[in-house]
Amino acid sequence: MSTIPDDLSYTKEHEWVAGLDDGLTVTVGITAYAAEALGDVVFVQLPEVGTTVEAGDSIGEVESTKSVSEIYAPVGGEVVEVNQAVVDKPDLVNSEPYGEGWMFRVRLEGDPEDLLSAEEYTALTSGDN
Amino acid sequence: MSRPTPLRDIHESLGATLTDFAGWLMPLRYGSESAEHNAVRERAGLFDLSHMGEIFVTGPQAGQALDHALVGHLSALAVGRARYTMIVNEQGGVLDDLIVYRLGDEEFMVVANASNYPMVAARLTERASGFGASVEDRSDQYALIAVQGPKAQEILATLTDADLEGLKYYAGLPGTVAGAEALIARTGYTGEDGFELFVANADAAPLWHALTKAGEPYGLLPAGLSSRDTLRLEAGMPLYGNELNASLTPFDAGLGRVVKFDKPGDFVGRAALEPVKDVPPRRRLVGLVATGRRVPRHGFPVTKDGVVVGEVTSGAPSQTLGKPIAMAYVDTGIEEGLAVDIRGSQEAVDLVELPFYRRNK
Repeated sequence: MSTIPDDLSYTKEHEWVAGLDDGLTVTVGITAYAAEALGDVVFVQLPEVGTTVEAGDSIGEVESTKSVSEIYAPVGGEVVEVNQAVVDKPDLVNSEPYGEGWMFRVRLEGDPEDLLSAEEYTALTSGDN
Repeated sequence: MSRPTPLRDIHESLGATLTDFAGWLMPLRYGSESAEHNAVRERAGLFDLSHMGEIFVTGPQAGQALDHALVGHLSALAVGRARYTMIVNEQGGVLDDLIVYRLGDEEFMVVANASNYPMVAARLTERASGFGASVEDRSDQYALIAVQGPKAQEILATLTDADLEGLKYYAGLPGTVAGAEALIARTGYTGEDGFELFVANADAAPLWHALTKAGEPYGLLPAGLSSRDTLRLEAGMPLYGNELNASLTPFDAGLGRVVKFDKPGDFVGRAALEPVKDVPPRRRLVGLVATGRRVPRHGFPVTKDGVVVGEVTSGAPSQTLGKPIAMAYVDTGIEEGLAVDIRGSQEAVDLVELPFYRRNK
């Protein structure tokens, strides 16, 4: 089982959120658990820079050999950057889900809600497998 | 609760992602399914196919019973050879696609899909009544391990004295592999050369280990159902439940050649199939290659100018082509300007004839 970095926040949709500390801009990706469940990722569709999103919005998709999953906005705000590298090389999601496989950055509007700690996310993912 | 195969412990020790498939607990992939796919295309892959059904039909009229029960002419099959065939209902709808091996003058083995073999065994039993033949479902006794890929013969040759060189495609012979009695068949579902080894359950794990060891210098990888599906899709091979089902005849699926009207005697489905054999089907099975990167999947509508003209039966990203591919039933005569409706967006596709991939022989 993959390790779950304890300095990130998580969602029930198996996304991670980094950089909440300064309350300005956060980075979002999908977890190693999600990447393993998907299998080899072959296509990533990300939102446009400048899009305003609300937490829970479906704003992209991750497609693997066997399935497709939606990407949700874990927080509300404006998409200020997307990772073109992961669009060009979708397998980064499998090889470096918490690093080069990041997906997009959002400038926060308001306070994030309903995010999980690493401990809570660990409990979530050890319970359903 | 899914049924395990005799190789379940091995799959778990290899870290396989296991999945339920037709009531069986099967390896979906061991590591990267793309790597497994490429291993089979370039070197070799090892598959556990123990979920398949093995039904034996034996007796002096076993061939005639199969001629009556199936659409093929099995009594004409030579001992040691195999044939791809189908079982249909009275309406001509496909109940399953099968490979039939003739093991002896009076002995045939019918290999049926995991999801269908209890039904196939029941139908064969019904249809064989009145013939000097008995039908026995021995699926619970047999494991099936496949070695597929251009290096398959070299790997297998290190474990058997059987004449692999002389074993033709769609032939099978009894032999000893790594000390285990096996039916060695040159068949597969990957589009590559390869072998399928039918062995007793108890021999499955030792055979798997022996093949793994023998295959190591050749770069053999264990391969799961995910790569099996993309391999067969590239090879344009139908999957029951996707390209084939009981509402389609073999002619609808473009596989009318398996129906042998000139064999002696009547067979189940003849009356329904004879009138449709020369009628062009409303839709035909074709290949689609996406121009973008989103993947057409089973059940997605095929459209032209926004109008539905077909339906995708199987789709996946193709390792070999580097693009998403799909099989689909598309209205006969429509070949240009097609798209697949992928979650509301019309993604352009090119229609191609099947298969997508054919190995160099």
